[in-house]
Amino acid sequence: MDVGIVGYGSYIPYYRIKTEEIARVWGANPESIKKGLMVSEKSVPGPDEDAVTIATEASRNALALADIDPEKIGAVYVGSESHPYSVKPSSTIVAEAIEATPIMTAADLEFACKAGTAGMQICMGLVGSGMAEYGLAVGADTSQGAPGDPLEYTAAAGGAAFIIGKDNLLAKIESTSSFTTDTPDFWRRPGEAYPKHGGRFTGEPAYFKHIVSCTEQILKDSGYEVKDFKYFVPHQPNGKFPRIAAKKLGFTEEQVSPSLLVERIGNTYSGASVLGLAAVLDQAEEGDKILLTSYGSGAGSDSFILETTGRLEKVRENAPSVESQIEHKHYIDYATYAKYRGKIKKE
Amino acid sequence: MNQEVAIIGIGMTKFGELWNRSFRQLFVEAGSEALEDAGIKSEEIGALFGGNMSAGQFIGQEHLASLIMDHSNMTPQPATRVEAACASGGLALRTAYMSIKSGMHDVVIAAGAEKMTDVLPSKTTGALATAADQEWEAGFGATFPGLYAMIARRHMHEFGTTEEQLASVSVKNHYNGSKNSKAQFQNEITIDDVLSSPMVADPLKLFDCSPVSDGAAALVLASAEKAKELCENPVWIAGSGQASDTLALHSRKSLTTLNATVEAGRQAYKQAGITSKDIGAAEVHDCFTIAELCAIEDLGFCEKGDGGKFTEQGETGLKGSMPVNTSGGLKTKGHPVGATGIAQAIEASLQLRGEAGDRQIDDVEYVLTHNVGGSGGTAAVHIFSR
Repeated sequence: MDVGIVGYGSYIPYYRIKTEEIARVWGANPESIKKGLMVSEKSVPGPDEDAVTIATEASRNALALADIDPEKIGAVYVGSESHPYSVKPSSTIVAEAIEATPIMTAADLEFACKAGTAGMQICMGLVGSGMAEYGLAVGADTSQGAPGDPLEYTAAAGGAAFIIGKDNLLAKIESTSSFTTDTPDFWRRPGEAYPKHGGRFTGEPAYFKHIVSCTEQILKDSGYEVKDFKYFVPHQPNGKFPRIAAKKLGFTEEQVSPSLLVERIGNTYSGASVLGLAAVLDQAEEGDKILLTSYGSGAGSDSFILETTGRLEKVRENAPSVESQIEHKHYIDYATYAKYRGKIKKE
Repeated sequence: MNQEVAIIGIGMTKFGELWNRSFRQLFVEAGSEALEDAGIKSEEIGALFGGNMSAGQFIGQEHLASLIMDHSNMTPQPATRVEAACASGGLALRTAYMSIKSGMHDVVIAAGAEKMTDVLPSKTTGALATAADQEWEAGFGATFPGLYAMIARRHMHEFGTTEEQLASVSVKNHYNGSKNSKAQFQNEITIDDVLSSPMVADPLKLFDCSPVSDGAAALVLASAEKAKELCENPVWIAGSGQASDTLALHSRKSLTTLNATVEAGRQAYKQAGITSKDIGAAEVHDCFTIAELCAIEDLGFCEKGDGGKFTEQGETGLKGSMPVNTSGGLKTKGHPVGATGIAQAIEASLQLRGEAGDRQIDDVEYVLTHNVGGSGGTAAVHIFSR
């Protein structure tokens, strides 16, 4: 029996900060940054939001589409690089909040920006083998960018959740494959507030090598060609990288641009490629083929080939679309941003 | 004993962000290529002189001379590391040259290598800044882009040099680099691309600056007797000059003249018995666009202060009256600091052998190379002939 997505949901915080506002504080040229990164604003989590609240919101939205008893979810995996606790799972809080507990398993995942898709693969295994009826995989982050670091222009917040099951599929997952190496392009040590990165090393030997190799592998294994896909959904750390990767692989701007949210909400890390998938599911028609390739620093990529069903269009109105959440926004200045993100602290 | 010295073999890696290659892989590749080009075996090499600025900071490795001989299977021959910041390669060449000139050796290798991309960019800038005066420059926050920006500002103030003229150096070097398969950048750019690139240190923008690079280059040098025996197309070292100046930029009487360049050039011209008018092509140290303008003035290719106009009018282009940086220069070919002085001699050799391909200058008799350490604390100038 096929395994696929029976429900999906997204969540993007309400607050935004513009590239100009960050550039103003650091005396940088906003036009050259916008041109270089192709990001004009990013989402900012409110002071009462974290990866768990984002994951919970996205999971509730996924349940609204799935129309299942949450107690039938036998596994919950939350992937993030901003879990609120170092020791104590995010996934148990989410599972409790959606009333999936207690006869179930749960764990937190971390693989930089691809922990969400890693959760999807684990759920596919559990559901496919019959160990769980449904599995919930979430990618959610309130990512960190050090003040003045180029990352600060893109490090954003958001997430998406996917309920994996066998019946009433919104999209069938035809296949998945991964490409993994030990490549230290981006990391954060215990106790450190902000990640470090290898500058230009994060490009060619890291993002591009893994995204391109993983995508080429799944195309080869599946026998599909680039033109068979309506949508290509790559990880999106900025607006430039996914376009270059898509071009290298032979995808057109029409195939890749519907999934690129980064220009308007920034890089939501574990949320980025899965929010891109949610945005594409929001507009896909029955029978559309989608190729998703995530990327996580460190480094690895997961590729998925999906095909949508007729049920998708019938249920997706049950929760807010990605687009409606991008448009529902409120701009804040750098001082407010610094307060919300804990960059300045009250004594 | 005072004998002539020739280059009988050349080898270099591609320059660039060679993340998958280690320091030792780079110098083995360049050295092997040079030996193969010379048609000799490593046991025939009497000694090796290797230029490297800062492997201790970039890859945590000192005692490079032994490392190189070990991994090149060249023990027990002697090896010496030479360091003078970005002029390390030029000085390694001169030291190797002197070892033959003195009669101590018949055949030696002069090499240069640097692996700069194994550390974070902030560390790279800091490591390079150790070539400035730590107490009076770097200690107060000055880095090389900042120091060369001051030279550029002063040049603009004294001579009316424009940002467009600075940009024309970069445009010309990118055009030349587009014809060099070993160059880090092989794309052409426009004046507008330079002017609209991000500001680094006013008035120098990103495209006024040479990149951070990995790479290695090697030359086999031989005495006249050996060269004639081993090689059909030797390239002769007609002149070699080296000079020093104050380490700190602010200690100089003029910010726009590099005295070390003037003096090293004077020595090399004198030894070769020629003047700047006899030079058919030159590789100069364009770590920043302003550095190329100062160099062509200080070496006598144009009057002091006229470098901007001279470049803007195309005189330093491949078809100009005085082609400069036919390889693409440091800006485009790349600047693995310790390797740069050797790579310049390789371009000179290619031009004199007539093997420079699409960037070949016709009927070139003499080629000059100019390698600078820091903001001009050291300069090495060499003149090569057929």
